[in-house]
Amino acid sequence: MNNNNVIEVQNLTKMFGDFTAVNAISFEVEKGEIFGFLGANGAGKTTAMKMLIGISNPTSGKANVAGLDVYKQAEDIKKNIGYMSQKFALYDDLTVKENITFFGGIYGLSRKRIKEKSATLIEELGLESVAKKLVGSLPLGWKQKLSFSVSLLHDPKIVFLDEPTGGVDPITRRQFWELIYKAAHQGTTVFVTTHYMDEAEYCDRVSIMVNGKIEALDTPKKLKQQFNVTNMNDVFLKLARG
Amino acid sequence: MKRFIGFIKKEFYHIFRDRRSLFILFGMPIAQIMLFGFAITNEINNIDIAVLDHSKDATTEEIIHKISASKYFSINQFINKESDIESVFKKGKVKAVLNFEKDFSKNLIKNHKANLQIITDATDPNTANTISNYVNAILIQYQKELNKNISIPYQIVPQTRMVYNPELKSVYMFVPGVMTIILMLVSAMMTSISITKEKELGTMEILLVSPIKPIQVIVGKVFPYIFLSVINAVVIVLLSIFIFKMPVQGSLFLLGLESILFIISALALGILISTISATQQTAMMISLMGLMLPVILLSGFIFPISSMPLPLQVISNIIPAKWFIIIIKGIMLKGVGLQYIWKETFILLGMTIFFIALSVKKYKIRLE
Amino acid sequence: MLPIIFVLPLLQLVILSNAATFEVKNIKFGYIDNDHTSTSRDLVEKFNASTYFNVLTNFSSEALASAAMLNGEVDVVLQIPQYFERDLQKEKHNSLGVSINAIDGAAAGVENVYVTQIVQGFNQNIKVDVLQVSDKQMQAIRIETIPLFWYNKTLNYKTFMVPGILVLLVTMITLFLSGMNIVREKEIGTLEQINVTPIKKSQFIIGKLFPFWLIGMGLLTVGLLLAKLIFNVPMIGSLPLMYFYTSIYILVILGIGLFISNFTDTQQQAMFIAWFFTVIFILMSGLFTPIESMPKWAQTITEFNPIKYFVQVMRMVMLKGSDINDILPQLLKTAFYAFIMNGLAVWSYKKTN
Repeated sequence: MNNNNVIEVQNLTKMFGDFTAVNAISFEVEKGEIFGFLGANGAGKTTAMKMLIGISNPTSGKANVAGLDVYKQAEDIKKNIGYMSQKFALYDDLTVKENITFFGGIYGLSRKRIKEKSATLIEELGLESVAKKLVGSLPLGWKQKLSFSVSLLHDPKIVFLDEPTGGVDPITRRQFWELIYKAAHQGTTVFVTTHYMDEAEYCDRVSIMVNGKIEALDTPKKLKQQFNVTNMNDVFLKLARG
Repeated sequence: MKRFIGFIKKEFYHIFRDRRSLFILFGMPIAQIMLFGFAITNEINNIDIAVLDHSKDATTEEIIHKISASKYFSINQFINKESDIESVFKKGKVKAVLNFEKDFSKNLIKNHKANLQIITDATDPNTANTISNYVNAILIQYQKELNKNISIPYQIVPQTRMVYNPELKSVYMFVPGVMTIILMLVSAMMTSISITKEKELGTMEILLVSPIKPIQVIVGKVFPYIFLSVINAVVIVLLSIFIFKMPVQGSLFLLGLESILFIISALALGILISTISATQQTAMMISLMGLMLPVILLSGFIFPISSMPLPLQVISNIIPAKWFIIIIKGIMLKGVGLQYIWKETFILLGMTIFFIALSVKKYKIRLE
Repeated sequence: MLPIIFVLPLLQLVILSNAATFEVKNIKFGYIDNDHTSTSRDLVEKFNASTYFNVLTNFSSEALASAAMLNGEVDVVLQIPQYFERDLQKEKHNSLGVSINAIDGAAAGVENVYVTQIVQGFNQNIKVDVLQVSDKQMQAIRIETIPLFWYNKTLNYKTFMVPGILVLLVTMITLFLSGMNIVREKEIGTLEQINVTPIKKSQFIIGKLFPFWLIGMGLLTVGLLLAKLIFNVPMIGSLPLMYFYTSIYILVILGIGLFISNFTDTQQQAMFIAWFFTVIFILMSGLFTPIESMPKWAQTITEFNPIKYFVQVMRMVMLKGSDINDILPQLLKTAFYAFIMNGLAVWSYKKTN
């Protein structure tokens, strides 16, 4: 076992009745890494991720997140991770500040800490002018960035991002990835699912899931060499077509 | 604990920022109590009656006068032939026709007997029956006056005492029902919607991934509604005391405790509904169709349970509202203490525990 | 969703029509017999024989009887005084104590009538049994009343309730679905998409509402079938007239639904407002309680209640065979209402978008 690994997965499997959604996948993620979790829609990415963040019980296999066992220590895992879901998931009828205070609160941050955090966060994102506005009135790009920052509020060891950049413009996507880099630079491990193949290039390592199995796992550079193509899009197409 | 308070605060933001729902939440009980208190009654009053008088003599005139003098009836139409009965009924306004036979007075004097037909539009059987009975009662009174000089042997006269509601006000009957419905609506429907809303929006997932415990999420979500329900219950009781002069004979404290017990059972039902429905729309349909209508119709709120077919009487036992209505009627109108309603309280408590247990179980299953 | 739209309401039609009855029967009856004579036993036996009363208990004291009433175990208590038989024979008249739980005032009134009827019948019997009929009595004047119950000879309550509950279900389902549907599009954001297409607003609205209109008519059809097959409710009047009226009525409801959805942002709000008004409309519709008994001001308010007209028309046409002339006032008012509501709905739709 490598002490540097924050996620270790062995033969993790999830069955829904007869259907095998996730088929004995194994991988490790190192501390501070940006790990891309790729796959077509329905390949099993989200199911696999839900097992890691403790809201879905695995059928079999082993998995450790932040050194904790997903079977026995799911509740402890939750304190060490941040999560941003596919759907935009802040409260529209709460203001920016109220959202930050609320999520800070449920992660058990002290009032003082929440105050500091929200001040820096609002400043970094340039949200001063709308801090007291309802989140529902903000443009989608801003909401996504806010949502990401909120998932980092409690300084988690690992942050899980489920298709974080769906539906936003290229400039915002760019800014979003800058935020991801920054978080990784500060030592947070980033586990991100996406189906934008250009984003895969930004990751340290990527895995590609097809029909519940991990078919490829390496750095983008090595994958391109292995499949003898020039970009990740082609890697993906080759794999997906079998 | 701090997490929990933050959670409740957020829940209140949701509630208070939605002005329209808030308006309904507090306007509904007031509007309903007012309607039931002032407008709606299952008694009869001012029923339109038409007269078909074949004899047009002094006696029939007097009878007509007597009937129209009562507050139950107003006679405003005279018809001339049998075939008109059909057509006035079909217009719908007239509910009964009094048909005096030919030579009514003459028969009465000569044969000591005369015939009067009370023809009622029995499409509404209850009203028809009541009209028939009331007209009959007026006539019996009239006969007594006519026969006052003749002593009638062997009369037993029942002396009726109307207990708990001497003036037979319908508001006494309706206040407990309205209170039950409002508490059910606020507690069960509102919570089921507000929980499914978080599911629909995806925020529920975020909450489940956070270290806050599912039980805290649920309790935090329902807590504000306990608060709102209690306010509603207080408003209803105050309205009924001060506007309708309806007494609270028993202990207010006991009434409060029982109400909270009922509110909790309704909340548990709301949680249960939210665990089985994925969208707000489904949750609403289930709470409205599956909860509200049975509560209105099978709880004894409007219709007496004892008159229903046996299978429905059996089913009515599983409706918490039925037991709660018995409890409030007992406390408010009969002034009883716990020794008379412990059984109902116990049943309600049992149901509450059952609902909570079931929803906790269901809730966990959802996490699989 | 479809099972909820069709199965639940129809299940309710079946169940609720059985539940919704103001008939008073199976009255929980108890008595205190302080006399213990054959006359008092005969009187109790009369109550026992009646189909309205379930004679449950013989209480030994008044205190026990009143405790049982507090408990809800009995609703009517008959108290036969001591020396009842002796006094009756001596003084030729006597009084009985009757206590009725009057929380449900209307039921109490009916129970009182039943008690009086039984006691009167008993009076008659003594006259025949115990004593030969006196000559004086023959001379007493009697007005014989003959009750005739038209359209519903057996006073079957279901005949009355089934058309009413059918109205309720058609109304609720179409109102809720139409009210929520457009808000849902608003919430999801597809409404915006439609607004940028060249489709005319009126076309859009008609396209949106037509399916609900069909669902409403479908519910009516299935409901009528059930009414006929399960409850054997008479259908004397013209079916085409019923359909014609309903087709206009549903337009009113859809107009209201659309109007509500224009003024709300979320499904929850739409549902609430729809529910709020339906409850008031239903209570004031004459569906359960007679409108004629309401105070004048309340009756005036009911003029604005579309459900009232639908309830009236259904009952008139189905049960009495009223024709188009009879229901003309209701029909015209409903049509006018449909016109106003849809006008308002379209107007407010343009304004808000």
